[in-house]
Amino acid sequence: MSVFEGFKFRTVTSIIHKLDPRIKFFFVTVLFVMAILFNTLPALIVLFFIPLPFVFLAKVNRQWLRSLRGAVFLAVFIFATNFIIGYFYPNQSTEIVGSVDTLVEYIIILERSTAMTLRFVVLIASFSIFFLTTSPDHLGLALQQSHIPYEFCFAFTTAVRFVPVLADEAQTIMDAQKARGLELERGNFLKRVRNYIPILIPLIVNAIRRSLELAEAMESRAWGASEKRTNLYVLKLKRADYILAAVSVLMLTIAIFIWIYIPIPSLTQLLSL
Amino acid sequence: MSVIETKELMYTYPGATNSSIQNVSITINKGDFVILTGPSGCGKTTLCRCFNGLIPHFYNGTLEGEIVVAGLNVVDHKIYEFARHVGLVFQNPENQLFALSVEKDVAFGLENVAMPRDEMRKRVDWALKITGISELAERAPDELSGGQQQRVAIASVLAMQPDIMILDEPTSFLDPLGAQTIFEVINEFNKKLGITIILVEHRLDLAAKYANRVIVMDDGKIALSGSPKEIFTSEEARLIGVGIPKTTKLYQHLLQRGIKLRDVPVTPDQAAKFLREVLMHD
Amino acid sequence: MIEVKNLHFTYSTGIEALNGINLTIDDGEFLAVMGQNGAGKTTLVKHFNGLLKPTTGEVLVDGISTRELSVAKLARNVGFVFQNPDHQLFSETVEDEIAFALKNFGFEENVIKKQVDWALNLLDIVQYRKTSPFMLSGGERKRVALASILAWDPKVVILDEPTIGQDHQQKEKLQQFILQLNAQKKTVVVVTHDVEFVAECNPRVLVMNEGKILSEGLAEKILTNKELIEQASIVPPQITQIFLELIDLGLPTDVIDVHEATKILLDRLRKNS
Repeated sequence: MSVFEGFKFRTVTSIIHKLDPRIKFFFVTVLFVMAILFNTLPALIVLFFIPLPFVFLAKVNRQWLRSLRGAVFLAVFIFATNFIIGYFYPNQSTEIVGSVDTLVEYIIILERSTAMTLRFVVLIASFSIFFLTTSPDHLGLALQQSHIPYEFCFAFTTAVRFVPVLADEAQTIMDAQKARGLELERGNFLKRVRNYIPILIPLIVNAIRRSLELAEAMESRAWGASEKRTNLYVLKLKRADYILAAVSVLMLTIAIFIWIYIPIPSLTQLLSL
Repeated sequence: MSVIETKELMYTYPGATNSSIQNVSITINKGDFVILTGPSGCGKTTLCRCFNGLIPHFYNGTLEGEIVVAGLNVVDHKIYEFARHVGLVFQNPENQLFALSVEKDVAFGLENVAMPRDEMRKRVDWALKITGISELAERAPDELSGGQQQRVAIASVLAMQPDIMILDEPTSFLDPLGAQTIFEVINEFNKKLGITIILVEHRLDLAAKYANRVIVMDDGKIALSGSPKEIFTSEEARLIGVGIPKTTKLYQHLLQRGIKLRDVPVTPDQAAKFLREVLMHD
Repeated sequence: MIEVKNLHFTYSTGIEALNGINLTIDDGEFLAVMGQNGAGKTTLVKHFNGLLKPTTGEVLVDGISTRELSVAKLARNVGFVFQNPDHQLFSETVEDEIAFALKNFGFEENVIKKQVDWALNLLDIVQYRKTSPFMLSGGERKRVALASILAWDPKVVILDEPTIGQDHQQKEKLQQFILQLNAQKKTVVVVTHDVEFVAECNPRVLVMNEGKILSEGLAEKILTNKELIEQASIVPPQITQIFLELIDLGLPTDVIDVHEATKILLDRLRKNS
């Protein structure tokens, strides 16, 4: 599950961690839009390098690399699919006429597939930084201040709060059933799936019981008392946030300008092949 | 002055054939520290849920009889209206903490009633201080021990500044030292802040010394009500299955053999004191 | 026989839970493992049925190292009753629940039927044979869980905090039941922090603190040792507390039982007069 490791928040602090999540999200969305706008390899390589300074500033190098590593499987799949489709239907996405015959035409397809893969990687890279540098409660707060109904924000933070608890409980249930002779490692596929029933049922029943207890506790502490909830914490935009916002807007403007007026050559065109 | 008054209260859960509590008529006065006890299934948990409106509003079912809490008729008011008067602390500390930091949890109720931020901040700090967990303010709930989690739950309820606090077997999952800390904290609330306490407990040996009243329920009805001394020496309590503290049992054994101590001891210190008198006297 | 030799155990999170445990439990012994929450009690007993394997050191059950056997194999002789019955109940009927382990261990149909009948009778839950375990009360579910572990008649029975959430009568029944199990020559290990419960059962007591064994011995010697109880953060039984306060009157201090206490006091009063 290493791709998930790369998205999990770590309690580290840096300037990046202190940035307002809404602005960070805006920045990452701009990167996302730029990755969609451009489909040529040189442009995407440039885009890939943009998040790097943020990774170093945030001191999350190792985790970030882990998320990329986790995405390798999917990346290979995207590359292969693009290459195969590009080979059989080259006219769809390139200027190749007819079928792929010459070496140059192969290279064009190769470049195209790499570009598509890199686009996916840029996506993972940027969103990973967002999640790695934003604590769940900051995220919840950002959702709230973005006027998303409180019920959803609450559901989000409560879910995050209970994930480790449920994981622990699942382990305890597995231990309890193993101690009654349940072998989880043996048997064919069907048998293994059936063996998970004694794990799933207690897990689900307990989760339901837990939700009931939570609901009781919530009601007892005045849930629903007022239409407008107030908040102990508040997200305030600071100078660094304004700077990042300005940078993002600038990046987006330049990108759109380039996209409209300046066609970026593909690598094969650059190498005059 | 009564803070809770019930008259022939009866409640049946939806779909159940028998009622969980019948004919319950009790009066709880301001400043009382009541221990509510009785065998499993006797209705104590059900009765507690009636005191803050969870019954009938959350659980539905059929509620008959009268019940007035903090001057409000429970049937006519919503659960959140009671939250400022009655705090309810549950058995499992884990399932009462939903936020990602302790102080956010303590602020939860205050956020719900839309308290302004500055006032909220002061209240939260106050509640944390009185409960003795100020240093835990920014910690996440899963980093805390069971005892600490339960104290956070208590602080969250205290922050609403209720007149009455009900705790339903709050120390079930805690070791004896953890349990003692909890009882000492709620005793502070009772003696220093004047909050009326209703404590549902089986561990009478640890809790008895703080209470001025013990109510024993059995099979949905109120069986006994009196001071801890009266209840612990009552034969009926023993028959119902109430766990009489060993201290009082010692008193009774000696009494059977003709030795009478000055008074009924409820704690080991008292017993030692009375025994000393008898042993030195002879 | 269970032998623990220089056992060290560290969780994957890096927490050192056990720091050099040496212990022998003979067949037919009754042992109570006591200590604060977090002392390592449950971690230790989870080594007895292989749920946890030593980081260094050895745990031998009847001469065989637990590293060499799966949990299911060890469970055949070592039954583990978990604290919360809701972590194991999943079947449609109580009958099925009790038969689960028997099926896992590969018993014959007729043997399973016999053992299920026996277990239902033992725990006094025959009337619930065809009931769904989820419809039962907390105390009844605990009995079903207990029945499902005893059903295969393991030589060793481990109970993790069996008195939690139990009312006085339930505790008394449990006490008698445990003493009965021990009388039937089963090895019984109880992890508990309930001093009064231990005082009444009077087993061999092991006191743990911070992953080490502080001391062990008879209940009346351990629970009345003032320095030991303070070090382990245990609350002594009420009778002991009384006698410790009257220590200056020359009364014995290793008293945990109410009847013995009465006798001692009466003797002293007779002597005085």
